Amino acid sequence: MQSSQTPPRVNLAGWLYVSPLVLVLVPFFVAPILVVLAASFFATDGFGGLTPGFTLASYVEVLHSALTLKLYLATIKFTVLTWIFTLIIGFFVAYFLVFHVRNQLLAIGLFLLCTVPFWTSNIIRMISWIPLLGKEGLINQALLAMGVTRQPLEVLLFSDLAVVIAYVHQLTIFMIVPIFNSMARIDKKLIEAAIDAGASRFDIMRLIVVPMSKSGIALGTIFVVSIVMGDFFVVKVMSGGGSASVVSAFYEDVGVLQYPTAAASAVLLTLVLVAIVSLILRTVDIRQEITR
Amino acid sequence: MSAVLAEMPESVAPATTKAIAPSKGGRPWTFYVLASLFAFYVIALYGPMFCIYILSFQDIRGGLVFPMKGHSLHWFVDLFTQVRTGDVKGSFDRSIKLAVIVTIVTVVVSFLAGLGFRKRFRGDTFVFYMMIGSLVAPGLVLGLGIGLLFQALGLNASWYTSALGAQLSWTLPFGVLVMFAVMSRFNHVWEEAAYDLGASRWQSIRLVMIPVLAPGLVAVALFGFTLSYDEFARSLQTAGSLNTLPLEIWSMTLNVTSPSLYALGTVTTIVSFVVIGASLGTIVLIQKKRGSRAKGHA
Repeated sequence: MQSSQTPPRVNLAGWLYVSPLVLVLVPFFVAPILVVLAASFFATDGFGGLTPGFTLASYVEVLHSALTLKLYLATIKFTVLTWIFTLIIGFFVAYFLVFHVRNQLLAIGLFLLCTVPFWTSNIIRMISWIPLLGKEGLINQALLAMGVTRQPLEVLLFSDLAVVIAYVHQLTIFMIVPIFNSMARIDKKLIEAAIDAGASRFDIMRLIVVPMSKSGIALGTIFVVSIVMGDFFVVKVMSGGGSASVVSAFYEDVGVLQYPTAAASAVLLTLVLVAIVSLILRTVDIRQEITR
Repeated sequence: MSAVLAEMPESVAPATTKAIAPSKGGRPWTFYVLASLFAFYVIALYGPMFCIYILSFQDIRGGLVFPMKGHSLHWFVDLFTQVRTGDVKGSFDRSIKLAVIVTIVTVVVSFLAGLGFRKRFRGDTFVFYMMIGSLVAPGLVLGLGIGLLFQALGLNASWYTSALGAQLSWTLPFGVLVMFAVMSRFNHVWEEAAYDLGASRWQSIRLVMIPVLAPGLVAVALFGFTLSYDEFARSLQTAGSLNTLPLEIWSMTLNVTSPSLYALGTVTTIVSFVVIGASLGTIVLIQKKRGSRAKGHA
């Protein structure tokens, strides 16, 4: 990204270098999305057969269903809660590592410590909460032993609380890594100068650290929001089937071969995601920030 | 503002004194608050996982929760021999092969794309947003699309065709984003010097860029491997009749309620650690080799 002043020219070499990328993304991203879009307008015989045509029946069905609104509200609730917790934890963990750990090597070591669980399967990490949160799990055993509760708390596992815990456990790393990256590039002299100029700790946070970390925050937000909104298995397992999300309903539709309805709700979800992500990209030019 | 600061003499703003966390002397109260938060986070991160590693070493009477009942390797043997736990060995095999293919393709394609994106070209923004789109698209939706596409074209879905493509549509954007960060630290002067000395474009890539960027390329490889090894939603509709490991784990969580599940968690974690260890070892080896060569020239 050398010259943003000169207008982009036809650059054959550039296209040659990205052509393998394009050759993968066109058949395995663009085409499938178009297929889903097309399928959302098709009719079905109810047994998985699709009749090419153009009908808005699936959209009418999805948009008229009271369930749709409920699913979106549930999904947005999980997304917002997960986003808030991962952002707070991720921001302060990154802040601690960059500004409070004096030894550079120690900071990198602690950073790697946070990334290690990322190498274990998501599903395994999710079910690892069972021995802790279950009815006979460690937390309930401890609460009973201390006499805090008389009966094991059932709200810990197979509940909305468990869903949010599992999401935060899995996704905080997606906040830490990009925020750590952008914070590590803040020149410490800048903060030194701010202190000399009489800035308070809060001023430094508000005027220097947060603005200069915003590309990391934006990137982390994109990861977390798109993963939570596109997920179904955490909701399915951790809520014990008690809660649903947009994608878990979509999964049920696919299971009973209702492709057009599934496709219509998929298109709707994709539009919502595109709107959110482009809103984020509008405020922060992540491409400029990454390549800077 | 930063330009002004850059010109300030060192004595005005010594880089060694950190304002918020001074390198010497007492720590501010925020240090203790944040250190506690960090410790709490790490405990919450590892605690549950250590529980299942420990519980996987129970004997035959073992259950899903504490207290631990005896100790043996029973559940590991059970995992690989019992039919009811499914085809763990086969799916494990496929997942590793798939992850290796995905890793190689991801490294090569991301590296080339990284080179391409260094200069603007007409349509670069379009390619960039296509990539971001591919990254954020819900995996299950994309999987359904690829499944329907293969059905429409009369092709059979399998782990090495449709699932491979589905996984690449997720690992490549990650790989290219990492490449952006890596490339931004590459000094163009070295490349110019290679050209001045008469190197061809290929020679400058092979002899200058690849050695310098090697640690970054290993990072891309690690991303590719783990993202593929752990990929679930995109593979669900595209893997065809033979499962990959995450799909196998998923069906186990629905059917199996024994510590076999935990044994599987322990095994997959060990495999991950072997892969990371090997990769980090490669980086260290490359650095060492380069260090000794530089000394030899001096």
